[in-house]
Parts: sequence; structure tokens; C-alpha cells
Amino acid sequence: MALTIAGTELASRLILGTGGAPSLRVLDEAIAASGTSMCTVAMRRLDPGTSGSVLDTLDRHGVRVLPNTAGCRTAREAVLTARLAREALSTDWIKLEVVADERTLLPDGPELLEAAAQLVADGFTVLPYTNDDPVLARRLQQAGCAAVMPLGSPIGSGLGIGNPHNIELIVAEARVPVILDAGIGTASDAALAMELGCAAVLLASAVTRAQDPARMAAAMAAAVHAGWLARGAGRIPKRSQAEASSPRHGMAVL
Amino acid sequence: MNITVNGEDRRVGPGTTLAELVEQVAGSGRGTAAAVDGTVVPRGGWPAERLRDGVVVELVTAVQGG
Repeated sequence: MALTIAGTELASRLILGTGGAPSLRVLDEAIAASGTSMCTVAMRRLDPGTSGSVLDTLDRHGVRVLPNTAGCRTAREAVLTARLAREALSTDWIKLEVVADERTLLPDGPELLEAAAQLVADGFTVLPYTNDDPVLARRLQQAGCAAVMPLGSPIGSGLGIGNPHNIELIVAEARVPVILDAGIGTASDAALAMELGCAAVLLASAVTRAQDPARMAAAMAAAVHAGWLARGAGRIPKRSQAEASSPRHGMAVL
Repeated sequence: MNITVNGEDRRVGPGTTLAELVEQVAGSGRGTAAAVDGTVVPRGGWPAERLRDGVVVELVTAVQGG
């Protein structure tokens, strides 16, 4: 059930954000339980007083590191942050985030598209966090992004997938993997994302801020797998009326 | 001379290179990236990058996030 992004195969379709974990030990356990192949990190000013690096934890699990541009509000900031991440982590993969304001953390479409175009031209493999807007998703693909990552609902809200029809529309015309990013609250949200045809799910808070992060990580892994199986299996159409599954004929006359 | 590192004033010797500054602040520099006056300086260029008086240096690394 491997996921392929820009020609690179990832064994797991669950991408884990590392933000929000109360400690590296908790993160370590969550990563193990999730079976993930790739984790996101943020880029921040060096703090010499910090003991232990998230990179050591990720190295131990052999997972791929996906830096993000979290906190950036303009294309200029995001492009610079991506370049810093490339230097620091020796990867040209970037989770591109350009948000409009702190209250909603919703992507700023024009800034996002501008940053994506610049980063693609600079040789990056760009995975943009975007709105659940099929037209913006199309434009990001046209700009050369390696995936599109629409939100289910605002970051950290746990509200699940607010507009499943838009996610389906994005999936229907996507030529790159669609990764549901943000808003997942519990396992059924992750399963739904996969049932809608997403190639993967990216989540952080739902696991790292759960009462038992490792247990929720295991639940998410199972949900992503179940949703992926169900999507491939082809669900029955929804009907407005019942349809008996037992034969109508041959009933005994009682 | 005086420079700014991650928003704080810092005194460094004349002719200090970016490589020397990173070593002072970050030790090995593994997982660290540097920008001088808003321009990213690739790791390979650190030894040759002599810091001028008044430059603004940002040193970043990966933290939990996303």
C-alpha cells in the first residue's frame, strides 16, 4: 500500500506532524505506534539551551524528515524558510504553509501560489498545505507541486472534514497525490479521508494532544489502512430505500 | 565588532567567519542553517563568509512542528 510522491516510495500513508507532543519520549512512542514513514518539523531559531533534538528521535526511527514553513505569512518568508530548511536538513522536500492570520491559520491562496511557483523553479519538491478549494488545488498542480494537501478543517481544530464534496472534487481531477492535511480529530476522520480517495493523511494534534498519543497513533494507522482498503474495494451506492440482502423467493408459508 | 544573532546583540572578534560563529553558538552545526542579512548562506560557504560589523545573522534548526 505504498505511497509515491515525486518518484519516492513511502511505506505508510500516514504522515505524522511532530508538533504538540509534550515530550520527545511521547513523540518517540507515537511514531513507533503510527508506523509512519515521514514526519514534519518546523524551522525555528537555534536555542543552545535545548537538550535533545527532534532530529535524533526521527533518525532513530529511520523516517523521512519533511520540514515545513509554519508561521510564514508571505511568499518571501516561506521561500527563505524553505531554503534554510534545505540547508539545515539536506532535503529539497518542503511542506509549504503560508497562512493568512493567526486566528484561522487558513492558507493565503495568492501568497501560497506565488511561493509554490518560486520554490518549484528553485528545484524544490513542494507539498503545499492548501484550502479545500478545487480551483486553487488545480493551480498548485499547474505550478508544479508534487502533491496537494487540502485541509479538512482548520489546523488543530479536530473538526474533521468539513466539506467532503470538495475533497472528492480535488481527488477526481488530481494528477498528483492528494493528502488530507489538518483538521483530523479522530480515527473515523482519517478513514473518511482515505475513503474519499486521498492518497494519504497528515495529522499532528489529533495524535500528539490525545490523552494517549501512542494509542491514538495506532488508531490512525488502522483507520488510514481501513479507509484505503475500503476505497479500493468500491463501496455500495447509497440508496434512499432498503434493499433486502436475503432472497425474496422461497419463503416458507407460515 | 557588534553583530545581531537571532535578534540579540553579540560581540565577535574582527574577521570572524560564519563557520566560527556557528561553532560558538551551535557546536557541531548539524541540522543548522544560516542567513546573513536575509540571504541564506550554504554550509559550504560558511568558512569563507567573513561577518561585517552590524550584520544580522539568523541561525535556525528543526524543532517539533507541523
